[in-house]
Amino acid sequence: MPSTLLDKIWRANTVMDREDGATLLYVDRHYVHDATFTAFDKLDAGGYALRRPDLTVGMADHYIATGSSAAIRRPEFDRLVDVLSRNAEKWGFELYSRGSAQQGIVHVSGPELGLTLPGSVIVCGDSHTATHGALGSLAFGIGASEIAHVLATQTIWQRKPKAMRVTIDGQLGHGVTAKDLILTLIGKIGTGGGTGHIIEYAGSAIRSLSMEGRLTVCNMTIEAGARSGMIAPDAVSLSWLDGRRHAPAGADWQRATEIWGQLKSDDDAVFDTEVQIAADEIAPMVTWGTSPEDVIPITGRVPDPAREADPERRKQIEKSLRYMGLTPDLAMSEIRIDRAFIGSCTNGRLEDLRAAAAVAHGRKAQVPTFVTPGSAQVKRDAEAEGLDQVFRAAGFEWTDPGCSMCVAMNGDLVPPGERCASSTNRNFEGRQGQGSRTHLLSPAMAAAAAVSGHLVDARTLEVGQ
Amino acid sequence: MTPFDRHTGIAAPLPRANINTDLIAPARFLSRARADGFAEALFADLRGTAGDDAAPFILSEPPFDTASILVAGDNFGCGSSREHAVWALLDYGIRVVIAPSFADIFYNNSIQNGLLPVCLAARDVQRLIADIDASPGLTITADLELQSIQCGSLELTFDIDTYRRDQLLRGLSEIDITLDAVDRIQAFEAKRFDQAPWLIPSQQQ
Repeated sequence: MPSTLLDKIWRANTVMDREDGATLLYVDRHYVHDATFTAFDKLDAGGYALRRPDLTVGMADHYIATGSSAAIRRPEFDRLVDVLSRNAEKWGFELYSRGSAQQGIVHVSGPELGLTLPGSVIVCGDSHTATHGALGSLAFGIGASEIAHVLATQTIWQRKPKAMRVTIDGQLGHGVTAKDLILTLIGKIGTGGGTGHIIEYAGSAIRSLSMEGRLTVCNMTIEAGARSGMIAPDAVSLSWLDGRRHAPAGADWQRATEIWGQLKSDDDAVFDTEVQIAADEIAPMVTWGTSPEDVIPITGRVPDPAREADPERRKQIEKSLRYMGLTPDLAMSEIRIDRAFIGSCTNGRLEDLRAAAAVAHGRKAQVPTFVTPGSAQVKRDAEAEGLDQVFRAAGFEWTDPGCSMCVAMNGDLVPPGERCASSTNRNFEGRQGQGSRTHLLSPAMAAAAAVSGHLVDARTLEVGQ
Repeated sequence: MTPFDRHTGIAAPLPRANINTDLIAPARFLSRARADGFAEALFADLRGTAGDDAAPFILSEPPFDTASILVAGDNFGCGSSREHAVWALLDYGIRVVIAPSFADIFYNNSIQNGLLPVCLAARDVQRLIADIDASPGLTITADLELQSIQCGSLELTFDIDTYRRDQLLRGLSEIDITLDAVDRIQAFEAKRFDQAPWLIPSQQQ
């Protein structure tokens, strides 16, 4: 029976099956962060112990201070970072927190440290755990009760999801990025399109993506409703992984890569759902509404609800436009912004910062703009290349790593009514702060909007350097 | 966990698709402990005055201010994995959410906390909403044992897998059930890390 990549990892991590069809999956890596505290409380309340401190890794990211000049910090933010430190000390797991040279957003630092390995099952109390599947793992976000279960048992009961294959063949056009690719998919299948599925990405356009780009695609898979995105390991991912701190080395690397070589869907494997997208039809994308599926090319116009046939959808568009303060048929490139944010687990990696810096080079920010590297390592690498100088010269603020303005639970937020061009993942009402208005786009497009004062097609700006 | 067997209460319509967990429980409330309660977090941005809707939020006004059942649109609970969304619903007094579909993580989080997620066909959900609109304050009875939803003369059945139903009915802690099989877990670990020792980070420095 031919198998998908999902089948293979599922089988290898099955501890046992239950009569009702649920499977107890072994968790190879459990990432915890500073917003995971309620699960530790649950562990204490139930009198349980942390079963595998050696497979548990802590990362302070949600509540950590980024040093942003605009931050409105509350005392409990630092207290929650401290709570994670105390739990790490109490239970004896590795922690990357304030001051650590390897601290960062868990979905940036984890892969960077070689802690995310092909063929493993990875969970974390954060829906963007989908990111880690870019290295050929099965990775998904879980809630507090499930976190407590994993802490106490190192396993999780799951029903096998359906497998969807998204094949993207062809070549992405100039100035079109992984972010545009995933936004296009979300626009096509909707935020509920992947519900009940994992998505395996395939096709020449996916193979041509850098590791950073693949992490971006898998990261936002949750915005299409699928809990995991996956990409089979290949030369790109293996060479990216080779030599990382916790990646196997020497003879172990040889053995591991032999095993990982089998980690791909068989040629005749059957998927429950297939979706195809032509890469050359993808344009730089930007959202106009309050759901990631409300997305169109930057060359487009704000939709007119009057032209929507479905009454429910029409009402929703009207509601979104009211919230966003937009009028139908306005050219997307005429939308003025109040600030820009470049960072997050979606687009806070070195390649993202390079793309933003290329646009910012020699230009000036027209609105307050914040660049937040995804990890301390990304920050050092960017500074070694002088990207921070490019941003500073353009009047962008260069901060310390963290989830920052993407999640708006750490004091970094978009003030009520303000419109933000953001390289993040969610444009929900209030996501970046109460009353905030978010336009999702790629890092280059965010930088282009920052130096223009309005949304703009980054391809129309001459790129320096 | 509070067991769930049967519940009757006023049902409030929320006929909007893709209600996300940021909306159900905004980020600024998440720093509190579970014991502090999340009732005031529930739809805080819709209930408050910050909204740009002229109409007051459905749960702010009688008879729906005492609703304990929500009837909502597709893909309820999408977005962030925060279990706080479920806690906010429960602490506010909601015991049942009826929708044509739920986001996967939210669905699991509900079961773990004794909130009953009921999946019905879209046309049945629309019918319930029409009935509520026709007579606001209408009560619905959700019976988990019978897997039925009763609203006036309308009786509908819903699917839920037997294990989850049992877990909800008995209010069981899944951790204890799993730890009963700890020897199976240990046997798996021995094999797994013998074959792939590199999966343990401390052995790869």
